[in-house]
Amino acid sequence: MSDLHVFRQESRDWLEENCPQSMRSPVIAGEGACWGGRNWTFASEDQKLWMERMGAKGWTAPDWPTEYGGGGLDKAQHKILKEEMARIRARSPLDSFGIWMIGPALLKFGSEALKQQHLPAIIRGEIRWCQGYSEPNAGSDLAGLQSKAVDMGDHFIANGQKVWTSYGDKADWMFCLLRTDPDAKKQMGISLVLFDMETPGVTPKPIKLISGSSPFCETFLDDVRVEKDQVVGEVNQGWTIAKYLLTHEREMIGGMGLTGAGSKTLGAIAAKTVGTTDGRLNDLFMRTDIARWEIDAAAFAFTAERVTDEAKAGQGIGATSAMLKYYGTELNKRRFETMLKIGGSDDLIWDGDISNNGWTARTLLRTKGNSIEGGTSEVQLNIIAKNILGLG
Amino acid sequence: MALVLNEEQQMLKESAQGFLSEHAPVSELRAQRDAGSDRGYSSTLWSQMVNMGWAAILVPEEYGGLAFGHVGMAQIVEQSGRTLTASPLLSTAILGVTAINFAGSEDQKTELLGAIAGGELTIALAVDEKIHHDPMQTAMPAVAKGDGYVLNGEKRFVVDGSTADKLIVATRTAGSPGDMKGISLFLVDRTASGVSVQRTEMLDGRNAAIITFTDVEVTADAMLGEQDRGFRALSATLDAGNAHLAAELLGIAQESFDRTLQYMKERKQFGALIGSFQALQHRTAHWWSEIEMCKSVVLKVLQSLDEEDLKGPALASIAKAKLCEVAELSTNEAIQLHGGIGMTDEYEIGFFIKRARPAQMLFGDYNYHANRFALISGY
Repeated sequence: MSDLHVFRQESRDWLEENCPQSMRSPVIAGEGACWGGRNWTFASEDQKLWMERMGAKGWTAPDWPTEYGGGGLDKAQHKILKEEMARIRARSPLDSFGIWMIGPALLKFGSEALKQQHLPAIIRGEIRWCQGYSEPNAGSDLAGLQSKAVDMGDHFIANGQKVWTSYGDKADWMFCLLRTDPDAKKQMGISLVLFDMETPGVTPKPIKLISGSSPFCETFLDDVRVEKDQVVGEVNQGWTIAKYLLTHEREMIGGMGLTGAGSKTLGAIAAKTVGTTDGRLNDLFMRTDIARWEIDAAAFAFTAERVTDEAKAGQGIGATSAMLKYYGTELNKRRFETMLKIGGSDDLIWDGDISNNGWTARTLLRTKGNSIEGGTSEVQLNIIAKNILGLG
Repeated sequence: MALVLNEEQQMLKESAQGFLSEHAPVSELRAQRDAGSDRGYSSTLWSQMVNMGWAAILVPEEYGGLAFGHVGMAQIVEQSGRTLTASPLLSTAILGVTAINFAGSEDQKTELLGAIAGGELTIALAVDEKIHHDPMQTAMPAVAKGDGYVLNGEKRFVVDGSTADKLIVATRTAGSPGDMKGISLFLVDRTASGVSVQRTEMLDGRNAAIITFTDVEVTADAMLGEQDRGFRALSATLDAGNAHLAAELLGIAQESFDRTLQYMKERKQFGALIGSFQALQHRTAHWWSEIEMCKSVVLKVLQSLDEEDLKGPALASIAKAKLCEVAELSTNEAIQLHGGIGMTDEYEIGFFIKRARPAQMLFGDYNYHANRFALISGY
């Protein structure tokens, strides 16, 4: 038996023993997702157990090095683990900007001390992170950010305002872009720093969105003390890391264009709501919209697969995250426009059981932000035109 | 299977690129057209292609072929989309080989596949009877008579129908138009008595025909596959054909794009390169993204054909539909972004739209395949 076969068998046995039954069903519409952190209220004892067991094994971050508490798996093992989790329909034990965003940046750019301090807590789900990037006057023009950190000798004092801080009111720590050299050219004077959200002077305020929910905050910084050893990479060199992180973010958001395996196809839902005659939906225009969407969604899913396979094979052009982000988010917006039409007037109901508390309508409204956050569609097109196509 | 080319497929792609850009560039198509070629392709070129083994790529080894698969074959087809190379590759080496290999008797395979691989036989597939593709609606009767059958009817949009040695003809031997059962395939010599061929030169300057069958008598061994059960073979053949047409359209889309991108880096207006204008950059970046989607669907369906998995039909329709859409976008954007010069016959960019439209429509356009995909998906 090869090593991978052994690994598969061991993983299967471990998951069988450690994954609680109630964690073996997909998270639907974010319901039941686990974000961890100091302030987290677990939805159930099983959710807590599942996060803790996976965290202790390092499988919340399967491919991170074991020296920081990660799983230490190579690509082939990681793939097997995903397959084995999918086999029993195990849900993700932990959703985390720590794992998706700041963790990879720390692994690549952080000092040894920062890695030791932060990575184990991220892996175990003990600390929840938020991102301090955008500002009221620095949206698409992110490098124009003005919140500043002044060098006080042994520490910095930060002042300014951040906006679109995802779950800023629920997070424990922030990774934050601040201007540390006001005289340098705009990309050159920025640093990436880390601080505890409980530091005096940090005030997150939720922003209510058109969807009715408040996943984002504006975060005020008033004379916030930032320790010098909490700068990631070199002072004034934060823009490089910021761009690296944005690439991760783009891939994450673009991935929303991929519908999960096992989720019902739009055609199947519509067959129930509008009915069929001779195997065709009764609303032929709706049928066309659905077919168009599903063809494009298939093309997108295959492209995500191809880009990954090309990267593994050392082929391809790289820099495809802008394309995936652009296409995936536009696709996701279309998906919900189509779904609302399929759902009909019941899906317009804002609250209550009939519409599952307005899930389709609220999600549709939320998706409008997909092509804005993490760089607008237009910014992605700029990146493609300049970096890939060489149009200047 | 990883969604990438292997080393051998990559090598074939490069060799096809080299050969076709040297021996069969767009200027050759123009020369054929201007000379009023009655074949629609160069016989010399086809011989060279046969000598390189291209007609044998899909033929199994036991019948003298290379068994190199659809992914491999499509590398040539995609390049021939870039160069707009006219040849019997699609009708003979893809459609002919697929149909005969799928449905043929041992004798038919031995005789015909070897002849195709050796360049001694060309084939044309005669399916459409109306101006829109719909193979299940096949109505043309083949009536049993003595030991054989008698064929009567008309077939349209038969690519290479005016030059091929043999025709594979879809007929109805039972049931009614719309029934899957009752369709039978026959091999008929193009020069057989009662076969009348009218060449219809299309806007791509190539070869197609309207073929009339009047009391055409064939023997029983002219049947390809079982009586009344020809639809599966026909479908498999059309799926392969559509996958390769998608590959050709990918070549057309990419070449239209590459030439336009180059032009945007040369052409100046308002004192600046037109490629510096954001309005055009965004259109071009969107266009490029769509072509990236196309690369993936085309490779996916080709791999699925090689693996003979069950998703072949759905993937063939996804690929053909997507490529119809993006080839239309590509050839339209190419002209628009070139401006006035894109409208001239002298400039080559306009040749791409003229090949793209027939390739889109052949064996079903976007609407046909979106509908077929929906039916396969259960709605």
